[in-house]
Amino acid sequence: MSSDLAGLRSEPIDAASLAASVGPDCGAVVTFEGRVRNVNEGRRVIRLHYDAYEGMADRVFADILRRAREEFPVTAIRVLHRTGTLAVGETAVAVAVAAGHREEAFAAARFVIEAVKADLPVWKREEYEDGSSRWLGGTGTTGERSAGEGDGAA
Amino acid sequence: VASPLTVTVRLFGRYRDLSATSTLDVDVPSRATVADLVAALHALELDVPFPDRPVVAVNHQPAPDGQVLAADDEIALIPPVAGG
Repeated sequence: MSSDLAGLRSEPIDAASLAASVGPDCGAVVTFEGRVRNVNEGRRVIRLHYDAYEGMADRVFADILRRAREEFPVTAIRVLHRTGTLAVGETAVAVAVAAGHREEAFAAARFVIEAVKADLPVWKREEYEDGSSRWLGGTGTTGERSAGEGDGAA
Repeated sequence: VASPLTVTVRLFGRYRDLSATSTLDVDVPSRATVADLVAALHALELDVPFPDRPVVAVNHQPAPDGQVLAADDEIALIPPVAGG
């Protein structure tokens, strides 16, 4: 478990460095990088702002690592999620999983990003070219939709 | 007569923006449950579209309606998450 890492970051995330950090003893390394997209549902997005509940995020990240470890025989799991304001093209979330073979590396990476999207207490607000903005996820003032449906990044 | 409890509720995302505050102090009866807190929150009639049954995290864990609140609990309202 000492080779695992999960956390929030307020500074830019370098997915390549994250993948390179897993060490030379792994035959398969799968990385996933979620980036800020410049359009969502036909609206021109100029930036995203991520809010996060840090204390709870630490607990959720630890839980995700534990669940991934229980399910997949992998060597290392690294996952970082940004907070703060991100420009289009910036990395919002990065996952790197190392394993002996590709099957478990792909499966674990997929598991981790899906768990992050489902469970991590992070919220995104999209800002648009016309000066308006909205919080994504769920319903209420932001429109009737579920988190993860056509949203701005990963 | 049970003395009341004032709990501080942390807000995030749209709840914080719409409330224009990052914490709300809510008075509840002593031995209040999560459901009691939610009822007290709705009674404040804030201009925030909290769901009927919002997710309440107690000490970083989503809490069931019947969980009893303690004075030193860390309590937060969790909007629908939207990471990634």
